[in-house]
Amino acid sequence: MKKSYEEINEKIRQGKAVVVTAEEVIDIAREVGVKAAAAKVDVVTTGTFGIMCSSGAFLNFWHTKPKMRMSQVWLNEVPAYAGIAAVDAYIGATELMTGDPANTPHPGHFRYGGGHVIEDLIAGREIKFRAGSYGTDCYPLRRLEKTLTIADLRDAFIFNPRNSYQNYNVGVNCGDKTVYTYMGILKPHMGNINYSTAGQLSPLLNDPYYRTIGLGTRIFLGGGIGYIGGPGTQHDPSGPRTEGGVPTGGAGTLAVTGDMKQMNARYIRGVSMLGYGVSLMVGIGVPIPILDEEMLEFTAVTDADILSPICDYGLKYPAGEPPELAHVTVAQLKSGQVEVLGKQIPTAPISSYPMAQEIAAALKLWIKEGRFLLSRPAELLPTVPGFERSEE
Amino acid sequence: MADRENLVNKKIILRFSAQTVEQPMVYHLVKDYNLVPNIIKAQISPENEGFLLLGISGLEEDFRQAMNYLQELGLQVQSLTEHVIRDEDSCTQCGLCTGVCPSNALYLERPSQQVHFDGEKCVVCNICIDVCPTRAMQIAVDN
Repeated sequence: MKKSYEEINEKIRQGKAVVVTAEEVIDIAREVGVKAAAAKVDVVTTGTFGIMCSSGAFLNFWHTKPKMRMSQVWLNEVPAYAGIAAVDAYIGATELMTGDPANTPHPGHFRYGGGHVIEDLIAGREIKFRAGSYGTDCYPLRRLEKTLTIADLRDAFIFNPRNSYQNYNVGVNCGDKTVYTYMGILKPHMGNINYSTAGQLSPLLNDPYYRTIGLGTRIFLGGGIGYIGGPGTQHDPSGPRTEGGVPTGGAGTLAVTGDMKQMNARYIRGVSMLGYGVSLMVGIGVPIPILDEEMLEFTAVTDADILSPICDYGLKYPAGEPPELAHVTVAQLKSGQVEVLGKQIPTAPISSYPMAQEIAAALKLWIKEGRFLLSRPAELLPTVPGFERSEE
Repeated sequence: MADRENLVNKKIILRFSAQTVEQPMVYHLVKDYNLVPNIIKAQISPENEGFLLLGISGLEEDFRQAMNYLQELGLQVQSLTEHVIRDEDSCTQCGLCTGVCPSNALYLERPSQQVHFDGEKCVVCNICIDVCPTRAMQIAVDN
């Protein structure tokens, strides 16, 4: 049994496609078996909502009168990178507000930064804009200050170089003092564990060899329609995997892009991490076409099948040494307590499972209503040698 | 029979010194003033100074007289005028706060992984306010 992208899209247009979430497909596969489930289900929707560094947005401010070649740009006093063109800039999620005391005193609070600017723009809030220039014959204006909203921007699109890590480190602290990390507060002597994954709902864990995901895949991004721009930075399919193909470390990543004017600030949030800095929570949902039984089997992955690496963020990770202590399943992490090196440790999540469910359900609805068609990637993500497929 | 209006449910912090630490005040709150004290948090330093965070319910008049009794003993009585609230729109249900909350006022429901906040259990330590990535946890002042 095989289905093509064209056949699935035709069903979506006719309102006949069977679309289920990556949670629902688990029960369907259990009840009717992989073969019957693959015949029945056309699309499985995934979702993830967590803090994703390596995010940012390209903004175009319109040409001014007289014209200006903006060399420095600040949005709510957060500097954006303007070395692109006359009125274009890139605002990065982890950029701090000018004058932020950072980690003095430690741990710093990092109340506002690039991630918050992106959220405020999407929410339609007013932003204080400031730009400076050295002036040229063709671009004479040297200073500009005004307030603006996203409606005053000519273009605004997210371009995140690395999001949606396939699997992720689980944070613990083997040192003897509390550490304040991008994985949250970690108490000494393995006092607590923080983990960040959508597990069985996570996009790349439902297509572990990237048979359907690549440059051009249409996705849910921040409440609007976005696209995958190719492999994200640090994409690495080569690490160890379970028998089912689940990588037992970070592995795949996605570069994603999408029009901010379509987005909803519920699904894109600026965040402050105590003692670490600012960043952005991003909501992503990727649809997986059930092209054959193998794809159905992949999407039926459960939290019990996913092994994540417990890493020491107290001593090893900061030192750049191999930080892995052990592996545990996402199901164990979600139970609230795991045993590591003979010690029972309480766990807490960083990535929102309820929001991941909401995103998978929203994408399912879009597809069922015929508002969202699947796109065949122009180029699949690089995969493990021997696992390349051509879907013709 | 007391009217419902006369019932109070308050949180207080008692700070005591080495001289007052040996007073069995919780016993007297129950026995002499018919109050229902709930010890939420207690800490005593090596020098026998410390504090007690109590939730107290009972009749308003009994509560007032009990506070007089505690002050006459030489204890500092501070009623808890701040409490922590959650801005539901800002909360993303990420769950990071549940790992640091000392009183399980913030907790995960399983298997749904929904994050709940039980204000009754909150000891107003404020750590969630610093930890929450979207600053959904906030201080509110009573009245």
